[in-house]
Amino acid sequence: MKLRTLVRRELFERKSQMLTCFLAILLGITTVVAIKNVTHYSEKAVAREMDSPGANVLVLPKSVTLQDYYSADMHDEVIPEEYVMRLTMSDIEGVDNLSPKLHVPVDVGGRNFALTGILPKSEFQAKAAWAGAGIFSRPIGCGAIDVGAEPEPEDKKTLVRKRVIKDLGSNEILIGSDVAALQGIAEGDSLTLLGEPFSVIAVLPETGTVDDSRIFGHLHTVQRLSGKGEVVNCIEIVGCCKEIAAGLVDGVNKLLPDAKVVTVKQVVATQQNVNHMMGRLSLIFLAIIVVVGGAGIANYMYSNVFERRREIGTLMALGAESGLVLRLFLFKALLVGLVGGIGGFAIGTTLAVTLGPRLAGVPVLPMPVLALWAVGISVGITLVASYFPARRAARLDPVATFQEV
Amino acid sequence: MLRMEEVSKSYQHRGQVVKALDGATIDIPSGDFVSVVGPSGSGKSTLLLMLGGMLSPSAGRVLLEDQSIYDLSSDRRARLRKENIGFVFQTFNLVPYLTALENVQVPLFLAGVDDKSQDEKATALLERVGLGDRLDHKPTELSVGQQQRVALARMLANDPAVILADEPTGNLDPETADQVIGFFEEFNEEGRTIVMVTHDPKAAERAKRTLKLGDGKILSEGNGQERSLHVA
Repeated sequence: MKLRTLVRRELFERKSQMLTCFLAILLGITTVVAIKNVTHYSEKAVAREMDSPGANVLVLPKSVTLQDYYSADMHDEVIPEEYVMRLTMSDIEGVDNLSPKLHVPVDVGGRNFALTGILPKSEFQAKAAWAGAGIFSRPIGCGAIDVGAEPEPEDKKTLVRKRVIKDLGSNEILIGSDVAALQGIAEGDSLTLLGEPFSVIAVLPETGTVDDSRIFGHLHTVQRLSGKGEVVNCIEIVGCCKEIAAGLVDGVNKLLPDAKVVTVKQVVATQQNVNHMMGRLSLIFLAIIVVVGGAGIANYMYSNVFERRREIGTLMALGAESGLVLRLFLFKALLVGLVGGIGGFAIGTTLAVTLGPRLAGVPVLPMPVLALWAVGISVGITLVASYFPARRAARLDPVATFQEV
Repeated sequence: MLRMEEVSKSYQHRGQVVKALDGATIDIPSGDFVSVVGPSGSGKSTLLLMLGGMLSPSAGRVLLEDQSIYDLSSDRRARLRKENIGFVFQTFNLVPYLTALENVQVPLFLAGVDDKSQDEKATALLERVGLGDRLDHKPTELSVGQQQRVALARMLANDPAVILADEPTGNLDPETADQVIGFFEEFNEEGRTIVMVTHDPKAAERAKRTLKLGDGKILSEGNGQERSLHVA
């Protein structure tokens, strides 16, 4: 016989009574862990969108509304490819690169993927050099394109990071990591798309975005195969730096009055709002756990003390000191808190990892640090809520053991 | 060994003052076996609780081995009970979710005895009261007589010098009651001091002497005359 034997036996003997308040703690911790986990990765994704592509601007058809920066081209509306040349030849400052895109759905091995036409940088360079003017001809002090020769050969996989590729042959394609994994495609393989053979020149690293399910090909090839003519779904403008890009939107708006110009900040603002809401929601849930879970535990403990007063009195009659009775109830609270915290972390993490990608559109990984947080909160609530009932038990009058006084 | 000096206890009940015990003086030497009898509400259980250090008197002193027990803190009194006093209750007061063996282990656990010794001693005590084959039974799986025997084994666990029993045969059939009183006689022969509150005249007769209580006062045995007893 040990203190924990006594506590464990009592817990299992009256488990149905404890179940309600335990579930309140468990579900509360589960919810907060899931929200915190998803929010963390969603915030990271937003930060990546904000920082990694620089001060990006999207040029879209007027009627398009955007939820996700990475799927900016996934709609049926189009703008003329000629806009690209207009931008190229303009004197707008702050443009580091351009990436026009045309999206066409394709079937590969019975599955639908997105074939995305992109225009390699070499073509802008050639045109800008030929024209001897335009945005790529002038150094502007913050990463303007050097029209001269590239000093080092480019790794095709930088498309993921830089959003622009230097060279791409008309029958070359790059494939996203999901496409490669699902279809078992590797670099150097051949693939037939829309009846035309392509050679896979690179498998792109995983990004956690819709780009993982894309196949990138040359814009003009995709235009020809889709029969849509010289159009694009969007033009992504990679700004050279945030400061100069601040005036970029006005410049593009004046240059292309029939297009819609959206900054990445505007696109991710929605996600940021969702993240802020999730953050506030997790605080609300935390408050609910503290109030409902804490009140539930306190209520359960008070009724448990009342129900067990004869048993407590018996223990006191047998020589139990008040400290032991206090420990008896606090140890029980500790057990409930520990199991609630660990269980809540496990279920919350599982929910976040499985449902997070669908809800927030970002990959979610387990966060071990949340285990400490969950157990700390859970144990804290149960101990604080149980302290006063436990103290009442410790101060019980052992006379309660006798029926007749 | 046990002594009460002019002890009184009053309760407030719906605005009325009720005297549960009124100026009781008792001297119980070591090895005595005293039965306390009297009608319901006469103060028998109050007297027993006070002797056990569980109910402080309104006036007077209660001494165990010349130590005034109500001058001690409640935790010190708990320790004193753990080391010197064994309780037996009318309703047995076994912990319902523990087995017979575990119930007997409780006082040993409270005394800080290690697991192995707890097991050995509790098993031996249950064998002594004839329940060696019921170690893993919970109270609800035992008859009332068996439950009281578990309670007796538990009471003996810490080898108490004083046994305080509150109606130990109150819930038992005559045959089992006789068996339980037999155990008390055995414990008394071992040198333990026993104070037993009872309504059962047959049980009371088996004690070495009987105190009769009425209206919170100690009366002489059988004659109904009010007087304080000084038995040394």
